[in-house]
Amino acid sequence: MSALIEELPVILGAFWLTVRLTLATAVAALVLGTVLAAMRVSPLGVLRNVAGAYVNALRNTPLTLVIVFCGLGLGLVLDVSFSESLSVNYLWLSIIGLSLYTAAFVCEAIRSGINTVPIGQAEAARALGLTFTQNLRHIVLPQAFRAVIAPLGSVLIALIKNTTIAAAIGVAEASLTMKSLFERHQEAVVPIFLGFALGFLVLTLPVGLLFGWLAKRLAVAR
Amino acid sequence: MTEADRSTSLVNLAKVNKHFGALHVLRDIDLDVTRGEVVVVIGPSGGGKSTLCRVINRLETIDSGSITFDGQSLAVEGRALAKLRSEVGMVFQQFNLFAHKTILENVTLGPVKVRKIARDQAERRGMELLERVGIASQAAKYPAQLSGGQQQRVAIARALAMDPKMILFDEPTSALDPEMVQEVLDVMISLARDGMTMLVVTHEMGFARRAANRVVFMSDGQIIEQAAPDEFFTNPGTDRARDFLSKILTH
Ligand SMILES: Nc1ncnc2c1ncn2[C@@H]1O[C@H](COP(=O)(O)OP(=O)(O)O)[C@@H](O)[C@H]1O
Ligand SMILES: [Mg+2]
Repeated sequence: MSALIEELPVILGAFWLTVRLTLATAVAALVLGTVLAAMRVSPLGVLRNVAGAYVNALRNTPLTLVIVFCGLGLGLVLDVSFSESLSVNYLWLSIIGLSLYTAAFVCEAIRSGINTVPIGQAEAARALGLTFTQNLRHIVLPQAFRAVIAPLGSVLIALIKNTTIAAAIGVAEASLTMKSLFERHQEAVVPIFLGFALGFLVLTLPVGLLFGWLAKRLAVAR
Repeated sequence: MTEADRSTSLVNLAKVNKHFGALHVLRDIDLDVTRGEVVVVIGPSGGGKSTLCRVINRLETIDSGSITFDGQSLAVEGRALAKLRSEVGMVFQQFNLFAHKTILENVTLGPVKVRKIARDQAERRGMELLERVGIASQAAKYPAQLSGGQQQRVAIARALAMDPKMILFDEPTSALDPEMVQEVLDVMISLARDGMTMLVVTHEMGFARRAANRVVFMSDGQIIEQAAPDEFFTNPGTDRARDFLSKILTH
């Protein structure tokens, strides 16, 4: 217990990094996932196939592989660099990896949302003269999003937990910090573990509740 | 509208054919609708009436033949196609109001996004149209809060908001409870009186007799006969039309 209190600033700092990783990835994955979902319903076969192949590839690849590829493949071999600081660079590379991976799940959630929008909605919009993109933006996607708020909440919860994989390329988020605290306080491994587990619950539980509430509040009445 | 306008063709279909896979849904359709004309299309289910509506504003493509609208070929793409669609209103059997938008937003969306009209101007005009169909007091509600008859009247206002040259109605009263049919027909009759060009798929003989210039009888993807309403209903020219009429009359 004393170890936990002693290391509280370190622990909070680590979770703050977890939160930043999550937020940056959530925004990027939402944008990329939405674009992919739009491609999957586009009238152009090429776009549909590209997006389909992307989703299948990323959903079926272990996240650790994706993150390690981004860190070592992009970072070391291809020399992609965002910052002089090595740790900031790995942070960005891990955000890229997490975003590429999470976007595949966001895409599938939104696509299932698009399937809940009755075909007549898009037809009425076409009949008014809306273009394909206007139709998606004003009619189909707003209704699709509202239908999949709860599943998107699950994707976000999975993402919060998945940020721990960034540890694989040395990003000092919560799990990597836990590991170093284990080494420093070998007598307090259990309390430290429980502390970190509790920290994740504090992040994930409210997300589930919030998204459940939003899903009810924003549901489209038909 | 002058007499000269009245006699000119607004939409013309020539030898139009359409298949769904092996199913031949439209067979050599020739049809001309002049400005201000009200044409009722009637016929058994599966005869191709909806498809006829849908090819006119290109919700479906055709396999052969040609369709011209206001002198322009319908064989256009992209923005030109969107513009053409915006000039042909469509009212669906299932209303298809945008479920996540208010009644007023339903009516202003097309003018604002397609016609690029200023929002306040579109809202003023939208309220006028809602007034006209008797729904102005419900402008802030969502479609699911309205009855079927009210929703269909909003759908008509939504079509009118685009100032279309023509409106297609695909069985506009078939999904309604009986007590709501007349309120929708009344709006349609008043549109017809005001000179709107209309193609109406319906089995409402009262409407056809009161508002239509012509009845077109369609079956198995073909136009079997066409005549003035009174003549068609009292003295159909073909056995198939007589058969069909006797069936819907005994209902
Ligand atoms: N999108 C479609 N795909 C395949 N078949 C269709 C499609 N739309 C309509 N059909 C078929 O085409 C025929 C004509 O349909 P429709 O135009 O809806 O007739 P109606 O409106 O007169 O009842 C029907 O047999 C119908 O099943
Ligand atoms: Mg039909």
